[in-house]
Amino acid sequence: MHSITFDIAHMLAGSLVLVSFIQLYQQRLSALLNIFALHAFVLAASVAWQAYVQDAPHLYITAVIALIFKALVIPLALRRIVIRLGIHREIENVFGVGLAMLLGIGLVALSMVVMLRVTSGADPLAREDLAFALSVVLLGLLMMVTRRNAVSQVVGFMSLENGLVLAATGAKGMPLVVEISIAFSVLIAFIVIGIFLFRIRERFDTVDMQAMDRFREEQR
Amino acid sequence: MTIGALEGVLLIPALSAGLLAVLPGYKLTSRLNMLAAFLTFATAASLFVVEPASGRYLLVDDLNKVFIVLTTFVAFTTSAFSASYIGHEIETGRLKPAHVRFYHAMYQVLMFAMNLALIANNIGLMWVAIELATLTTVLMVGLYRTHEALEAAWKYFILGSVGIALALFGTILVYMAAQPVIGEGPDAMVWTILMTQAARFDPDLLNVAFVFLLLGYGTKVGLAPLHAWLPDAHAEGPTPISAVLSGLLLNVALYALLRFKMLLALNPVAIAPGPLMVTMGLISAVFAAFMLYSRRDIKRMFAYSSIEHMGIIVFAFGMGGPLANFAGLLHMTMHSLTKSAIFFAVGHIAQIKGTQRIADISGLTVTHPVLGWGLVAGVVAIAGLPPMGIFMSEFLVVSSTFARAPWLVLILVIAILVALGGLFIKLNTIAFGDPRGSNAPAQASYVPMFAHLAIVFAAGIYMPPALVTGFQNVARLLG
Repeated sequence: MHSITFDIAHMLAGSLVLVSFIQLYQQRLSALLNIFALHAFVLAASVAWQAYVQDAPHLYITAVIALIFKALVIPLALRRIVIRLGIHREIENVFGVGLAMLLGIGLVALSMVVMLRVTSGADPLAREDLAFALSVVLLGLLMMVTRRNAVSQVVGFMSLENGLVLAATGAKGMPLVVEISIAFSVLIAFIVIGIFLFRIRERFDTVDMQAMDRFREEQR
Repeated sequence: MTIGALEGVLLIPALSAGLLAVLPGYKLTSRLNMLAAFLTFATAASLFVVEPASGRYLLVDDLNKVFIVLTTFVAFTTSAFSASYIGHEIETGRLKPAHVRFYHAMYQVLMFAMNLALIANNIGLMWVAIELATLTTVLMVGLYRTHEALEAAWKYFILGSVGIALALFGTILVYMAAQPVIGEGPDAMVWTILMTQAARFDPDLLNVAFVFLLLGYGTKVGLAPLHAWLPDAHAEGPTPISAVLSGLLLNVALYALLRFKMLLALNPVAIAPGPLMVTMGLISAVFAAFMLYSRRDIKRMFAYSSIEHMGIIVFAFGMGGPLANFAGLLHMTMHSLTKSAIFFAVGHIAQIKGTQRIADISGLTVTHPVLGWGLVAGVVAIAGLPPMGIFMSEFLVVSSTFARAPWLVLILVIAILVALGGLFIKLNTIAFGDPRGSNAPAQASYVPMFAHLAIVFAAGIYMPPALVTGFQNVARLLG
């Protein structure tokens, strides 16, 4: 009874959850950024498919935003920042990969249980989409909690937000989706600029501190 | 479309934001800022007289009239305080003229966003407005560009973003619940339509949606497990912004929660949102009351006091019923007025002493009697001592809920008393210890502070019947 359109939508949304899992165990920042670009790409494909299925042309705008802004511009900008700060090879191990994966599986199971149970009356496509979207949101949150580095926290936030866009596009005929995805893009742009200023400033501060120390030594 | 009072409270701040962004000279712009805030307040007050009808995009009823008049009034008095505060910051060189231009423009954008959140007749639009308000306050918290200020702004940013992300998920779920009943398209997000059809929504979806909304907007209200951004943001930003955050932005997020609570109340099968709110409110009040004791930064201390009071307010609204809602509404109004008055005093104190460390501020009633006694009056009010208005509202909260949940109210009373102790221990050295620190004469404008305190004092003694009936109507509306 499932049509091919349903299967494809299902596959794309499921892949998004899968890519979220791949993000969880990335230890190098540059690899993490690559995986995030893939995440955004899968999202763009999923949104475009929804636009086609629901015959809602305005959703193509959201797909294009996801493709250009999140899959290309943001990862490239973050990569430049990471390289300029010299932390692209940095390995961060907050806690074990195994534990993070187990927690992730638990969260996905939780969202399936919650969402599939409460949406029994809803349209099956929207239902599955919503369950997957909540999984992506929770995995994004998990990543924000388990990472210390500002850049990977932002990547966690962006994948969380991808989950929200998935949910919004899954809800048939929801208005304001395009506006909301634009609002989020602006928010993310602000965050990226924020990291840039913040981290760069931190670096200058350390440079200044060294200069101060040298100056003090000369005085002695 | 004709431009009425409802559009006015949006247009005035929006236009003045554009104007203030380009005009030079902080003296002129801070006066213009005041003028714009006053005009917005006057327009908001006129809502009571002209009574415009709700449209497709904008909504007006008894509930948001109270919020919007309170918001615009405190925004106006804060702009008066801000004028003298900013003047001092320019003289001491902590802020540059370009920063001030940015600050004033952002102030008006914030007013616009808050007013929009309060009168939007669409759950999506309301969400966008609250996001805009968050963004502008993040920018203002980071205004001083010091390491601490940027860190506070960053923390606020990340936590605030997670909060609004969760709120958006909740909003989507509400749409999903409404869509089978109302049909696809924008109608399923319009408050007035949602309210008429809520009884037929899928209750399970509404329940899950409310959990997300409570966590999401609760982050912005500053409820306990999600409050971590609040003290930093209050301590590191410019003091007028601390006053606006505590007095207004927390209320706006609370307003969003209350609207969704009303929506759930209309559905007979959905869970009662009350117990969830009561629990979070109690946790916040107790936690914040104990945190008051170990604070070293004066603005941070009053930020924790805000968490405590938001906890009490959410507790009152969670208990529900006409009396508890009345008490919650009154407490919210009194808290906004008192807390912003305290921040006005604290702002001038920190400027005179050049520090926010409680240990370095002492003996204010000797060196700066007006400011010192003003702060004492403010703390007496916020701690809930008679005859101030907060005593009355806290008394009402306790007495209206005691019969229904005596044990919970006991916990609340303990929290209030613990907070009282914490505040007075700190106040003792700040106001009455040996004078310490700079004795520079205060260049302060006392009018906003004493105006607020006078209202709080008057409300503790006598409430005009018109106000009482107004609040009673809102309380009945809240269910």
